[in-house]
Amino acid sequence: MKKTFNAKEFLINYGVILIIILLVAFTSVKSPNFLSQGNLINITLNISARLVIALGIAGCVITAGCDLSAGRMIGLGGCIAGVLLQRADYAGKFFPDMKPMNLLLAVVVVMLITACFGAVTGFFIAFLNVPPFISTLAMMEIVYGLNLIFTNATPLGGYVDSYTALATKRFLMIPLLVWIAIVVAAITWFIFNMTRHGKYMYAIGANPQAAEVAGVPVRLTMVMIYAKAAAMYGLAGFMLGAKSGGASVNLGLGYEMEAIAACTIGGVSVTGGRGKVSSAVIGVCVFEFLKAALQFLGVDANAQWIALGIIIYIAISLDIRKYVAKK
Amino acid sequence: MAAEYYLELKGVSKAFPGVKALDNVSLSVRPGTVHALMGENGAGKSTLMKCLFGIYKMDEGEIFINGEKVNIDNPDDAMKKGIAMVHQELQPVLPRSVAENMYLGRFPTKNYGPLKVIDHKTMYKETTHWLKEVGMDFNPKTPLSELSIGQMQSIEIAKAVSHDAKVIIFDEPTSSLSEKEVDVLFKIMNDLRDRGVAMIYISHKMDEIKKISDDITIMRDGTYVGTWPVAELSTDDIIAKMVGRELTNIYPARENTPGDVILECKGITSIHEHSFQNCSFNVRRGEIVGFGGLVGAQRTELMEAIFGMRHIQSGEISVNGNKVITNAPSKAMNAGLGLITENRRGTGILNCLSIKDNTGISVYNDYLKAHIMLDHPKINKIVDDSIQKLSIKTPSMNEQIANLSGGNQQKVIIARWLANNPDILIMDEPTRGIDVGAKHEIYEIMVDLVKQGKSIIMISSEMAELLGMSDRIYVMCNGYIRGEITEPEDMTQEKVMHYATMF
Repeated sequence: MKKTFNAKEFLINYGVILIIILLVAFTSVKSPNFLSQGNLINITLNISARLVIALGIAGCVITAGCDLSAGRMIGLGGCIAGVLLQRADYAGKFFPDMKPMNLLLAVVVVMLITACFGAVTGFFIAFLNVPPFISTLAMMEIVYGLNLIFTNATPLGGYVDSYTALATKRFLMIPLLVWIAIVVAAITWFIFNMTRHGKYMYAIGANPQAAEVAGVPVRLTMVMIYAKAAAMYGLAGFMLGAKSGGASVNLGLGYEMEAIAACTIGGVSVTGGRGKVSSAVIGVCVFEFLKAALQFLGVDANAQWIALGIIIYIAISLDIRKYVAKK
Repeated sequence: MAAEYYLELKGVSKAFPGVKALDNVSLSVRPGTVHALMGENGAGKSTLMKCLFGIYKMDEGEIFINGEKVNIDNPDDAMKKGIAMVHQELQPVLPRSVAENMYLGRFPTKNYGPLKVIDHKTMYKETTHWLKEVGMDFNPKTPLSELSIGQMQSIEIAKAVSHDAKVIIFDEPTSSLSEKEVDVLFKIMNDLRDRGVAMIYISHKMDEIKKISDDITIMRDGTYVGTWPVAELSTDDIIAKMVGRELTNIYPARENTPGDVILECKGITSIHEHSFQNCSFNVRRGEIVGFGGLVGAQRTELMEAIFGMRHIQSGEISVNGNKVITNAPSKAMNAGLGLITENRRGTGILNCLSIKDNTGISVYNDYLKAHIMLDHPKINKIVDDSIQKLSIKTPSMNEQIANLSGGNQQKVIIARWLANNPDILIMDEPTRGIDVGAKHEIYEIMVDLVKQGKSIIMISSEMAELLGMSDRIYVMCNGYIRGEITEPEDMTQEKVMHYATMF
């Protein structure tokens, strides 16, 4: 098969990325500050937590599912991390007599708790055949309610320095939060490509009946996918708390939609079976650079939502073309 | 003057890519008669009816209704010309009412000023009227889901009558009916006959054919064999005319010698009343066991149950003398079973994944480094070997399976199971829809496997393949194993057909 350059095909495959590159180039010419170190760091910080969310949700989308509970799980994760990591001398402390927990231990606790909720979501999907849309919707409500009761709806603050330092401290010029996202991306790549679990995930997305006939433990794999995703939302909540120095029940509200959109923009197919780690990376980058560029160009903040919607339309219409045209 | 035949099909031919499905077939139906159309699986009965009903476009041929030549372009057109079809697989809108199903797409309407709305009153009244015509007495508001399959069929017939159909095609209408429901159906058919309706009746059930039909047309391999008054033919005559073909031997020579029994199934019974019942059979080491029967004999369902894809109510499965419980495919695989399903697209290929992923999926447990990391180099080798060994035509193992031909896709599925290396491989219609060359290659793979001492269960609806490849044959009919053919000299088409029609 000879591969010749085909302009049309190139545009279909890379159209959205091209638009973003052009937009970034245009913005940086109009206002050179756009590519300043400070701004780039800011953009990557925004990308970091959202990438972790998108990587979690990617697993669900690859199995032709979705996860509406992500946003509320982030809120729960952020709040749990918050109460565990408040300064001992902070006046409005949630647990007045508790010493701040070790940072690493706190992350593990947060991730384990959200993973348990994710496992419940997955159980309903896999064993009771509740559609993912509904199962995660129900979990979204439950987690929100629990978090409201747990925090009494009061915002948290007064974090220990080591926690907030994750957003400010740098290693090799790059903030620690971004390093966390890079490590998560690497681990996810490993899971997707180098483990049975990853291969099973793609097989279930491609054709769940055929996967089962081939001996894939479909149900168990589904539970693991949703539990793993939830653990990542918890981590993302922890990261967002570090970045903003506080958390409330509404932390992460609506991020699940943005993450699903980012995944699909990057090429995770909602019909299942297709998608890579790089898809999530590209999708999140496209979104964040678009937001930042529009902001720099002085576009009305409210109008930016419209731009995001248009990008989703363009991206998905192009993406679907790749598969439909092949038939 | 009315023509002798109300409906005539003359010289109908239809080819699909690679197969000639119909070759110069004729069919003439007298008004006020039931005309049976018979033939084996794949004889072309359904294709012919689909041509008549406008679902397929025939390549050659003419249709005459009441002596007048007509063209039928689509099912809608067919209905307008007074032809109706009661399908084998009913496709009703289950949650909606009887009346809505009857008038779907042609709801009676009335005007509310400028607004056109559905006239429910008329619809219910009309429905009740037509139901009475076929001797049924339902509330037209009943949701269809509450009715039995037989009752749904009556509604289909009522629909046909309400269209004032002069020709009604019944495609295996009794395959899922109880005896009592069949009686009701025949009563309706007798009424229709008295009214001069011409009916075409497709069925495999000999006693029913003898009971209800006036004439019979037999088809074989897409050709027309002949038409006779039913009274002139005995059951044996019909079978002989249906199977009377010469078998050409394209099957590879075999050197396997069946050994001890490896798989023993006793009294396997489905949880569904219409599915497999009390099926007992065994398979020896190094043996190809064929499962013959008509489409719908529940062979696939039986095998899927043994492989853990369907529930069984009772029955025992033992492998090598040890009782096993195979309530999930992964458990069946652990017991040494493998299954290549009949529905390649639905339960075989992982469509958007590569050949490598499609092959590797059943063996990841065996190729792990440190219990967690996939050993890609080893998996690549296995996949590469299979591509070579099965001569799968592909530029690379990373090619998407969707881009391969049907025969090559089938070989990838075989490669998946060769890699998994089961002791007993169940192959459900292993060569359906693939070309002759690839077929032969698959036969050679099968022969090679049994030579190594593996066992194969092969479901085949192709008579020649069944007789040519099997060491032993079980024949199923209507959920029961009706016969076992062990001696080579008994392996004849007539014998298989005899058991296959023991309803």
